[in-house]
Amino acid sequence: MNLKPETLSKIDEVITHYPTKRSATLPLLHLIQEDVGHLPPDTSEWVAAKLELQPINVLEVITFYPMFRQKPIGRRHIKVCRTLSCALLGGYKTCATFEKEFHTHLGEVSPDGEVTVDFVECLASCGTAPVVMIDDELHEKVDCAKAKQLSDQIKAEAKKR
Amino acid sequence: MIAPAKPDLVTVNIDGQEIAVPKGTNVIEAARLVNVDVPHYCYHPKLSVVGNCRMCLIEMGMPAVDPATKAPIMDPATGKQKINWIPRPQIGCGTNVSPGLHVKTTSPMVKDAREGVMEFLLINHPLDCPICDQAGECKLQEQATGYGRGYSRFVEQKNVKPKRTQLGPRVTLDDERCILCSRCIRFSKEIAKDDVLGFVDRGSYSTLTCYPGKKLENNYSLNTVDICPVGALTSTDFRFKMRVWFLKQTNAIDTESSVGANTVVWSREGTIYRITPRRNDEVNDTWLADSARVLYKVVKAADRLAATETIEALVARAAALFKSAPGAIAVVGSGRSTLEEHFLTRHLANALKASAQLVSRVGQGDKLLISADRNPNVRGALVTGLIKTLPTQQLTDLAAQIDAGKIKVVVAINEDLSAAGLTAAQLAKVAIVYLGAHANATSAAAKVVFPTLTVFEKSGTLVNQQFRIQKTLKAVPAAAGATDDLVVLSLLVAAAGGATLPAELASLWKVIAAEVPALATMSFANLPETGLVLDATPFAALPFVEGETLHYKPAQPAVAAATA
Repeated sequence: MNLKPETLSKIDEVITHYPTKRSATLPLLHLIQEDVGHLPPDTSEWVAAKLELQPINVLEVITFYPMFRQKPIGRRHIKVCRTLSCALLGGYKTCATFEKEFHTHLGEVSPDGEVTVDFVECLASCGTAPVVMIDDELHEKVDCAKAKQLSDQIKAEAKKR
Repeated sequence: MIAPAKPDLVTVNIDGQEIAVPKGTNVIEAARLVNVDVPHYCYHPKLSVVGNCRMCLIEMGMPAVDPATKAPIMDPATGKQKINWIPRPQIGCGTNVSPGLHVKTTSPMVKDAREGVMEFLLINHPLDCPICDQAGECKLQEQATGYGRGYSRFVEQKNVKPKRTQLGPRVTLDDERCILCSRCIRFSKEIAKDDVLGFVDRGSYSTLTCYPGKKLENNYSLNTVDICPVGALTSTDFRFKMRVWFLKQTNAIDTESSVGANTVVWSREGTIYRITPRRNDEVNDTWLADSARVLYKVVKAADRLAATETIEALVARAAALFKSAPGAIAVVGSGRSTLEEHFLTRHLANALKASAQLVSRVGQGDKLLISADRNPNVRGALVTGLIKTLPTQQLTDLAAQIDAGKIKVVVAINEDLSAAGLTAAQLAKVAIVYLGAHANATSAAAKVVFPTLTVFEKSGTLVNQQFRIQKTLKAVPAAAGATDDLVVLSLLVAAAGGATLPAELASLWKVIAAEVPALATMSFANLPETGLVLDATPFAALPFVEGETLHYKPAQPAVAAATA
């Protein structure tokens, strides 16, 4: 595990928040995912050693929660809402637009490594459907045109780099 | 695990029957005491309670009291205290008894709940009972018949999961059959202390898995197969070998160490197919080591001895040897022999005026069901008076006496003398009378060889480390050309000029009871299934090698534990 020093210090700090070390499993996994972008294969063993557990105990947690990723994702994570209100107002089309723009499929890293598109459950902004979250930023009323515009914006930023 | 001397009793009412049970008993165990079956999968009496299968749902209620005055509220219709029934079912395994608890296990709500749970469990369960090893002893099969709705409403596609995962060298997993009860996970964690199993993925894709790169290979892995309520975990050795309903069950004892774990030997037409544990809460609970389950392979081993002469001819040759060297005979018994054989061996040694000794086998104890003393019945030899002190690993005294020419004949019973430190030259110097089931260096060097039986082909008793005398019964007929050790020994006693002793257990036990004060009140027939604990005080000064194991604490610090 190659974690940043500040992640390591956060990890040591967060363990002290709980009466038993085992309880820190979820926060630790979140911290590692924030740092690395996903949970690499040796996460279970590393966390287990840290919290005095067996690796299988950690693996059970990692595989239970769909939001823990065991594979790397693109530089940005595009989450398109698939739940009722968004679906009624064209969420499927929005999602297809992103897939087309980046020549990728759901859950995969786009060929340029720039994004991963996911079709996710409710993002809790039904009033402004369809909604999309790009990393931590919420974009409202994303129809096909706005999806195209957002994609172009990401591509432009990628070019600058 | 130590029960209080006077457990607090709590009176509960199960399906109308009142019963007093110890405090802390759960509803499943309390119901068992009044012969009411509460079906369950995940609950196991020797593991922690998790309550995840929901099969043991029951209806429960408490006697009604006035909230303000705490006075009982009476039901005018019956004249008894009213019962406030909880409107939702509760799990029996996770509900401990409390005074006045009322339980219904047959009400319509309970029936509905069970049917619902069964229906969900069967949704993704494959219909491969006809080829499943668990069929016939499968809880899912039994309870689907007993408590299921009887037909399926499921028209969707069943899930597909891995069908034959090797979890370890001895356990094969069929994930489709798994009902996610987690008994195996809890066993590995709590009893075997080898936490490698777990559920990965979520919802209907949940899969029992061993942590990638690890294996379920501890010496207790096959207990997960025993406690699996369905056919998900199967023994690689027993898989697809035999339908369980064809097998005859014989109660026996594990002979690999002085723990004396209780076992059931499953056989058909003279062939043993598997060995499983038998519950004995004072010895092995419901567990058995994997190494104890392959011991039956000695019965059909390639190196079994078979007689080429009649038993009378062999006895005559042995008698001639005995006569040729009066006073220069040694008897080497075995800690693996039964108590009855030890008794006859003592008579043989007395008739020959010979010294008797055993060979000790010491290994590392695993603190669970394998003790440091790998002989199952050294204490039987002490009780019958065959030996007075503990055996040694090497027969150095005997070797010295042979070298000095003081010993001319050695009677070796089931012990390989070369393994016990005698050289080939020393074996050649003496005339050996060998009794044993398998060929070895001693049988090869012996003048007279009596082929005898393995423990699975004979009945007898063994005294374990707790001085508990336990019965092991004959599971399969004797191999061709082999004679019961007791028959051979009683003939040899007679040939050596001793008393005529019976070789049949019931009559022999009358002699044993008359001669051995510690066993005076016993007979073979009325020895209970769980054994009887003998008085150990006469042997308290002996430095037994055993360390702590399940349900056993050595009286004094053990030698092996101190040096280990």
